Amino acid sequence: MKFGVIVFPGSNCDHDAFYAVSENLGQKAEFIWHDSETLGDVDAVILPGGFSYGDYLRCGAIAKFSPVMAAVRKFAAAGGPVLGICNGFQILVEAGLLPGALIRNRGLKFICREVRLRTETTNSPFTSAAHVGQVLRLFIAHGEGCYYADEKTLDELEAEDRVTFRYLDNPNGSLRDIAGILSRERNVMGMMPHPERASDPLMGSSDGLTVFRSLLGAGVRA
Amino acid sequence: MTTGTAMTPELIAQHQLTPAEYAKIVAILGREPSYTELGIFSVMWSEHCSYKSSRLHLKKLPTRGPRVVQGPGENAGIVDIGDGYVIAFKIESHNHPSFIEPFQGAATGSGGILRDIFTMGARPIAVLDSLRFGRLDDPETGPRNRRILAGVVAGIAHYGNCFGVPTVGGECLFEPCYDGNPLVNVLALGVCRKEDIFYAKASGLGNPVIYVGARTGRDGIHGASMASAEFTEESKQKRPNVQVGDPFMEKLLLEACLEAMQTGAIVGIQDMGAAGLTCSTCEMGSRGGVGIEIELDKVPQRATGMTPYEIMLSESQERMLLVAEKGREDEVYAIFRKWGLEASEIGVVTGDGKLRVRHHGEVVAEIPNRELADEAPLYDRPHTTPLRRAPMEAPALPEASVQEALPALLAAPDICSKRWIWEQYDYQVRTNTLAGPGADAAILRIKETGTSVAIATDGNGRYSYLSPREGARLAVAECCRNLATVGALPVAATNCLNFGNPERPEIMAQLVEAIEGMAEACRHFETPITGGNVSLYNETLGEGIFPTPVLGIVGLLKTGPPVTIPFRNAGRAVVLLGGVGGCDEIRFGGTEYAKEIVKQLWGLPPELDMEREKRVHEAMRAIVAEGLAESAHDLADGGLAVTLAECSFGPAEIGAQIDIDSDLRPEILAFHEGASRILISTAHPKRVAAIAEKFGVEAPVVGVTIEKELEIRQRGVTLGCWEIGALRAAYERALESHVR
Repeated sequence: MKFGVIVFPGSNCDHDAFYAVSENLGQKAEFIWHDSETLGDVDAVILPGGFSYGDYLRCGAIAKFSPVMAAVRKFAAAGGPVLGICNGFQILVEAGLLPGALIRNRGLKFICREVRLRTETTNSPFTSAAHVGQVLRLFIAHGEGCYYADEKTLDELEAEDRVTFRYLDNPNGSLRDIAGILSRERNVMGMMPHPERASDPLMGSSDGLTVFRSLLGAGVRA
Repeated sequence: MTTGTAMTPELIAQHQLTPAEYAKIVAILGREPSYTELGIFSVMWSEHCSYKSSRLHLKKLPTRGPRVVQGPGENAGIVDIGDGYVIAFKIESHNHPSFIEPFQGAATGSGGILRDIFTMGARPIAVLDSLRFGRLDDPETGPRNRRILAGVVAGIAHYGNCFGVPTVGGECLFEPCYDGNPLVNVLALGVCRKEDIFYAKASGLGNPVIYVGARTGRDGIHGASMASAEFTEESKQKRPNVQVGDPFMEKLLLEACLEAMQTGAIVGIQDMGAAGLTCSTCEMGSRGGVGIEIELDKVPQRATGMTPYEIMLSESQERMLLVAEKGREDEVYAIFRKWGLEASEIGVVTGDGKLRVRHHGEVVAEIPNRELADEAPLYDRPHTTPLRRAPMEAPALPEASVQEALPALLAAPDICSKRWIWEQYDYQVRTNTLAGPGADAAILRIKETGTSVAIATDGNGRYSYLSPREGARLAVAECCRNLATVGALPVAATNCLNFGNPERPEIMAQLVEAIEGMAEACRHFETPITGGNVSLYNETLGEGIFPTPVLGIVGLLKTGPPVTIPFRNAGRAVVLLGGVGGCDEIRFGGTEYAKEIVKQLWGLPPELDMEREKRVHEAMRAIVAEGLAESAHDLADGGLAVTLAECSFGPAEIGAQIDIDSDLRPEILAFHEGASRILISTAHPKRVAAIAEKFGVEAPVVGVTIEKELEIRQRGVTLGCWEIGALRAAYERALESHVR
């Protein structure tokens, strides 16, 4: 399987995602520069964490205009799996590929901390290797990770089984403890915690590999 | 050349140049300087850039060692870590700007030191911050100190998090003397292949001089001179002297520079830090023994109508100067374009050894590089006896309760958990952080090799005030002990010397003695100083700070699961490697107990026997290497009792029952800060004892780990018994409650 890791100016978890899928998962990976108009022959796309364009306007608000995003939309529309981590989640939300918004943490401060996540659904290419209720220990590192959407959207996400992960101890004020969600077609996922930082036992937890392993199981391009 | 402005004594004094210094300028030039030249000399010969008060004494520091590839004099020190890789690291202060504008002052401090690292071709992989603030709870100064703390932490977080470097450790201490003068020392460390090291040296006649990164504005003009003067009421008016940082721009610069370096078309490169364009041009020229000629019209400018003086002295951030190979400029430009950065040819390398600056074609400055960069005045300032107002004799110690003192000390600002600070830092990005904030030493794995780098910072102003010489030695010793505790071998050091006004002989004496103490200890522990920074004039309204030498030491170890602080299982032997140690009342006067419980400062810092200290480190490394330490934590602030408590704060809340055979006073036994001690829990006490014996180190088994409680006895008599949860709450919540 081949992963494409998108690099926006200001992405800074790009190398980490690359390392997790290549060294820890043992798959092929390549970087895709933000002005590329195609994704080549990748089977899954990762939008990594970081501060695309400095996040000076609103997190992800500029990145959504990068040329590569048109290719990502096309890839997603064709059913290809797209995973947005942290800033990647923010970009997916800004690009309209996922609903809702990510706003300032409740405490108004950046937080880097290990959190526990409850797996809410295994009906997705990102969680199929987990079991419902499985608790994953992953790190968050964000200032704007409070998931926000109107009640109707939240109800819809829940009714359609599109919440993948919830915080057990909500660190940022996310509504309904939401840490990760799916698109309606279930092939786009955004999550604030960093699975790539928990893909190596040396780093304290390898729970994050569950997300990448799931993709491996589901990893045939539609 | 037209010189224009008349050189009056007032103008010269305004530039903080003495009449003698001015005479030297005239002698170098063979004429009166122009206004621009006066500005250029004033920043290059400022204390901050020239080290004119400290240089003479800095020569006493050891700077060579088998692993040292680059010592002081470059942008950062470089150490060989084997397998074809090196690390570049240095610590630097941004004290003055952080007082005037905490957020931007600290942010640009981080930015500056990060540029120093990637200028050398190394990708930054870690930042540590050593911070000192005034009292948070003082009715008068507390609110301002809290604002400074919050601003500094947010500034470091903003810059490092966005740039994508983990902030993995450091320290944060509080004293009244830092009320008007906080210390913000930031250390950065990077890694690269040995053959990819770059130097800040210009060469090759006719090679183009290229400016890249942010445009030049009017911000930060005379920042270096500001950092070389005491604070007065007027200093608050100097806010425009503080620059504004743009970590996103810096991230682009990092990636573009590292990529451009790979082309082979870059000859030399230096960041524009203090003294901006002035410093980068004359230093690169001086190192290469060449001249540099630039045309200021070609310098990208943010403001209109800037004068040559302003352009040369601007300290706008996120700018680099490089010399490329003639004919290969386009390869360099293509890469900077890819990253959306401006790159402009502003000049050329010449053969006459001079810095020649033109504006609209007219020469506005022409100064020999070597004299400007390397022949700054050198002062042997008078030094007498180090300033100290603390008594030598101990006061009558009050009735002691170890039971009550421990929770109080755990909640003291110096000792309490700094989680509120470090959770604002991304300490994991780049996925190399095997041990991060809160550990004795941070550990970064080097993915490309099987080696990890351990790093710690240390410096105790109270100890150094009581004895600058011993304080500096203790800082080196503790830093090396931190590294030994995680099993690392110390290999090299960087230092940041924060002192008051060197023109006062009793302050100069503090500096001299601290440097000598540091030199002695660095020799003993085989940690040559490869670079660093001196920050003088840390005084506000005539009140100096405690002399605060801060050490950053790096060590090496094999990559593997780290030895961590918390006890992990009940029923393990608790070993005090190095023994209980002795301490008289005089040596008790610099402790946290003296500060928080007795509320006085007296006597001398803890005694240090460097020979014994080194043996403890050697024994500890052997214990870690054999996998015998289930947990380990060195004894420092707050002594044995605080260390035991900190070891009990793991997820499992495993505490200990300790009984110590000693005739020390109970509070001295529990809280003295004697050096050379490490607390270990182990399932193999006999093997640990055998190793300790081999190195001639005491290693009594002082107790056993138990669940949920910590109890300390002296010859069977209970001094204190605590529930871990309650102690932990005091420790974890204190800083947040102090900050509010």
